[in-house]
Parts: sequence; C-alpha cells; structure tokens
Amino acid sequence: MAARKTTKNPNVSAEEMLGYYRDMLLIRRFEEKAGQLYGMGLIGGFCHLYIGQEAVVVGLEAAAEEGDKRITSYRDHGHMLACGMDAGGVMAELTGREGGYSKGKGGSMHMFSKEKHFYGGHGIVAAQVPLGAGLAFADRYKDNGRVTFTYFGDGAANQGQVYESFNMAALWKLPVIFVIENNQYAMGTAQKRSTSTEEIHKRGEAFGIPGELVDGMNVLAVKEAGEKAVAHCRAGNGPYILEVKTYRYRGHSMSDPAKYRTREEVQKMREERDPIEQVRAMLLTGKHATEDQLKEIDKEIKEIVNASAEFAKESPEPDVSELWTDIYAEAPAA
Amino acid sequence: MAVISYRKAINQALEQEMARDESVILMGIDVGGGTGGSGDVGSVGGVMGVTKGLYPKFGPDRVIDTPISESAIIGAAAGAAVTGMRPVAELMFVDFIGVCLDQIYNQAAKFRYMFGGKARTPLVIRTMGGAGMRAGAQHSQNLHPILTMIPGLKVVMPSNPYDAKGLLIKAIRDDDPVVFLESKALYDMKGEVPEEAYEIPFGEANILRDGRDATIVAFGAMVPRAMQAADRLAKDGVKVTVLDPRTTSPLDEEAILDSLDETGRLIVVDESPPRCSLAADVAALAVSQAFDALKAPVGMVTCPHTPVPFAPNLEDAYIPSVERIVEAVKNTL
Repeated sequence: MAARKTTKNPNVSAEEMLGYYRDMLLIRRFEEKAGQLYGMGLIGGFCHLYIGQEAVVVGLEAAAEEGDKRITSYRDHGHMLACGMDAGGVMAELTGREGGYSKGKGGSMHMFSKEKHFYGGHGIVAAQVPLGAGLAFADRYKDNGRVTFTYFGDGAANQGQVYESFNMAALWKLPVIFVIENNQYAMGTAQKRSTSTEEIHKRGEAFGIPGELVDGMNVLAVKEAGEKAVAHCRAGNGPYILEVKTYRYRGHSMSDPAKYRTREEVQKMREERDPIEQVRAMLLTGKHATEDQLKEIDKEIKEIVNASAEFAKESPEPDVSELWTDIYAEAPAA
Repeated sequence: MAVISYRKAINQALEQEMARDESVILMGIDVGGGTGGSGDVGSVGGVMGVTKGLYPKFGPDRVIDTPISESAIIGAAAGAAVTGMRPVAELMFVDFIGVCLDQIYNQAAKFRYMFGGKARTPLVIRTMGGAGMRAGAQHSQNLHPILTMIPGLKVVMPSNPYDAKGLLIKAIRDDDPVVFLESKALYDMKGEVPEEAYEIPFGEANILRDGRDATIVAFGAMVPRAMQAADRLAKDGVKVTVLDPRTTSPLDEEAILDSLDETGRLIVVDESPPRCSLAADVAALAVSQAFDALKAPVGMVTCPHTPVPFAPNLEDAYIPSVERIVEAVKNTL
C-alpha cells in the first residue's frame, strides 16, 4: 500500500480509546452475527458486511459533532451503529421485521434516522453523493455550521455524478466531506483493474477540492484527518476529500465468496493491520486498560449483539397492510 | 379577475410561495442566469422566461443557477428536501430525464416507503414537454407515462393558466416529490387567474364541458384541442363531456368512471406514443372497471410509435389533431 499518515502522539484519552475499541468491536460482532443469521436463512437478499472497515466510520464519528449529518451506500450497518442507532432496530430491519428501523420495508441497504442525522443507506452506487451535497446545501442555506459526511467507495468514485457533485460542492462551498472508503475492490474487481489512477484523493484537484490519503486501518489517523476536514468545512472553505484506505475481509456481499483474491492477502491484512487489534495493542502496551477491562467490554458487546439478534428474531413480521402504507403523504384509499 | 398567461401564472405561483416560505428555493440551469449581479436585469429567467424577475427579487441564495449537471441538480434538491427544505428544481426539458432518472425514481420517489415512513421529500421538479416547437426528437417528448408508473411520485399536467397556478402552489406545499410537467405549447395561453394564492387538489379531475354522448379524457396540451373538437362536434349535434384529470398520478378514476356511466363512450387523447401510454392506462381502467357501461370500443388518440420528427409537416402529423379527435368520437357513435 502507499505511504500512510501515522499518528505518533495522538491527543486522545484512554477513555476515548476505549470508546473507539468498543464501537469498533460492536460493529465487528454485529456483522459477524448478521453473517450467521444470513447463513441460517433469517436474513434474505443482499447483505454487505463492514468487517475490516470499522476504523473508518468510528474515526470519523469521533471527529463529528452533534447535528452533523451522514449518508452512505448499501454497506451501511457500521455507519448506523457508529452514529448511535439502536443495534436491535438495525438487526430487525435485516430480518425484515416490524421492529426494524424501516418497519421491514427497507432491508439491509435502506434505513434512516432523522434523530441521529443518518440520511440513509442507498442502494445505487454513488447516488448518495449528490444527495449528500444536497444535505450540505441545506446546512449552508440555514448557515447552521453543520457538516455532512458523504461516504462512498472506490468503485463509486468512477461514477459520473460524483464529479457533477464535486463541481457543485466546490462552486457553492458546501460543507461536505467526501469520504472515499477505498477497500480496494469495486465489487470483485481490483482497484488497479477498474481505476485509471491510484490516487483517488487527487481527483478533487480539478475542482479545487483538497484531498488526502488516510490510513483507514488506524482509527486515530482517521480521526485526525477527520478533524482537519471538519475544521476546513466548518470554516466555510467548502468541501474536502478523504480517501480512506481500508480493506473488507468479507466478500462484496454475503453471496460473494471473494475468490478474486488470495486467502493469504486477506490473512495478512487481518494479522498485520486489523483496526481493532491495533487499538487493543495500544491500550494494553500503553497500560491504558487491563485485559480484564477489555474482556468486560467484549462481554457487554456480546450481550448487546445477542439481544439485537433475539429482538430481530422475535419482532413480528410487518402486517400485510404495510404493503400499502408510506407511499404518499396521504393515507392509502380504503 | 386578471387575465394572464400560463407562463405568468407559473411565475406568480413561484413568487408567492417564495415570499410566503423561506424554505422554498429555485434551482436549475439559467433559472436566474446572467452574470450574477444582484438585481441583474439582464438575467435569463429560464429558457422560456418562466422564472424571469425572480432572481432580482429573491437573489442568488434562493434563485440558484446550477451547472449543467442534472443528476447533481435533482440529487442535491432531493437531499435538501429530505432535511425539510422545499426546493423547486427545474429540469429544462423533460427529455433530459434520462440523465437524472435515477435520482427521481430510485431516490426521491422511494424514500418515504423504503425508510418505513421516516423520510419525506417535499421536492418539486418543474419541467416542460410536448411537441410543436420544431425542436426535434430530443426536445419534444412528453414522457409522462414513464413518470406516472413510478409509485411515490406525483405527476401534474396543467392544461390552462388557472390550473397551472393552483396546481403548482399545491405541488410546492405537498410533502411528496412532484413532477410538474408544463406544456411548451401552452405558455402563451391566456386565462383568468386570481391574484391571491390558492391550491388545486391533486387527483381531482376538472370537467370542462358536460355532454351525454361521449366522454373525452385529455391531458395537458391535448385539453384545449379536445375542447375545439367538442365545439365542432356540437355543431353536428354531438354533445361530449371533456374531462381533464389534471394529474396523472394520482388519477381521478372515479370521475372518469362516473362520466362513463353517463355517456357509455370513451375517447382518450394523449400526446405520447400509444404503447404503455395514459391512453392505454385509461382504456384499461374503463374495460376492467366499467365494461358493462361501454357502448362502443374505447377510442385512443395518440401519437404514433415513432420519435418526434423535425419537419413541420411531419411534426404536425405526429401530434393528435382536432380532426383526429372528432373522427375518434364519431367512430364510437
């Protein structure tokens, strides 16, 4: 991989570090459980797991303030958990139940929470990028000092509407951070085989948008870059691009066995670069936490995830009448 | 009551709603135009002059000239709408929907449903359609059938200045995404329009003329043609009902079926190719719901299944004419 930014003297407390550990572990365990439920046939359709990428969203959430917005693609479970949405509500949406965030009508890719300023889960590659520019447009119009994190992948970076949005966001100085989660595979095609130039963060140069490459396996590096981007946007300087280089351990979706790369490649990444293990090691070697403390967190996370799975199994299926609701503002004709 | 044009009626609706509600903004290509000076008298005001005068009045923060990037325009407008703003995005010609349809049908139209009722998208997409301007194959289509079949979207086709104002005000105040399909052929049409703001509800047909011999259902620019046909038929003693649904989604099925109960004969005039058209849709409604009332096969007066031609004589032959409407009615008698 290309040269990375490192954070030698992170200005974070042990408490914050423990928080990142906890948040990343919640995503990891939640996704593992979702994978299990999928295997058991309790989750249907497409299910895109975030395992391996946890440091991206947790690092950026650490840079966000209350009221900031986020919008992402279909690989959205991690984003929702990281911004504080309820694990049970997310899992129950995966199983298509009444207690899910979208009452079972959205599924894995489509959830929304105005309270947490999460503007969806979108299934069309890169379609969330103009939408994210629009969220930021509304903030600029209201002059409320908020920023929007607009997440998309290295695959989406080759869609045309991304560049329409770059131009518009730069032209109008919209407070939007374009977060390119570069997990190095556009579905099953390696980046070098789908993308003409390696450095996607430089694609904003033509529009006058600054961009930088970030080590997406290091939550502190992500947080630091996020803070810089947030400060740039909040100061009214317009958009910022973060290319966060990361890696997904699982296939593009649960139906993808990921045979387009070697097991060794994945194994190497897990052993040497795992974002959770990195924080764990920092906590223990720096004596910021004890093994027992971390075990306690592991246990707490396991309980949350198990409870979410139980809720997702027990929540009833949506009533058939739900088929005809929420189409228009007006109630359906009797 | 003041007599103003269809163009002016739309302009007046925009002006009044923008003055009433700060969350209403305009965005699109050349909606202001010019060099961007505040109070720029040389501003464009839209390719047809519909938004003229709004830029000097409301300024660049609310009348927003955009790059020629329809996906980003509609997408950004949808994103702003989800936060509670009420953007009126202009898609210069409905023909350009091809480059931004994803943002309309996969995004804006689906948010309410796929997010389980948690999201609302009060977005208006103003656009124009229809043949007759010698604008060729890529600037003359209507495309309302494509939009009408999308659940979650509302589609409006005003046929006169009074309706244009009332329906646009309703569209702006509505909490769902609305495509407001203006007719190029009608911009200079004059009619009585009240000065004050008023709403016309969606899904309520307007019966312009009552007659017991047949029902003509017509959309948008076909409504004045249907009225001309009705005048000619009246000279021959044939009295027809002319019904304008005003919105294709929702569609006032009840009004159409009620009228059919009285007349027993149905002619649908739709400026679009026949396959999967509104004409086919309304004909299917009649056959499936009111077969017993029908005294004759349903007449469908549509364009041919061709692109819109350029040559004036060909284009005139493309658009449903008054003669063809008259003939279609007589065929049912």
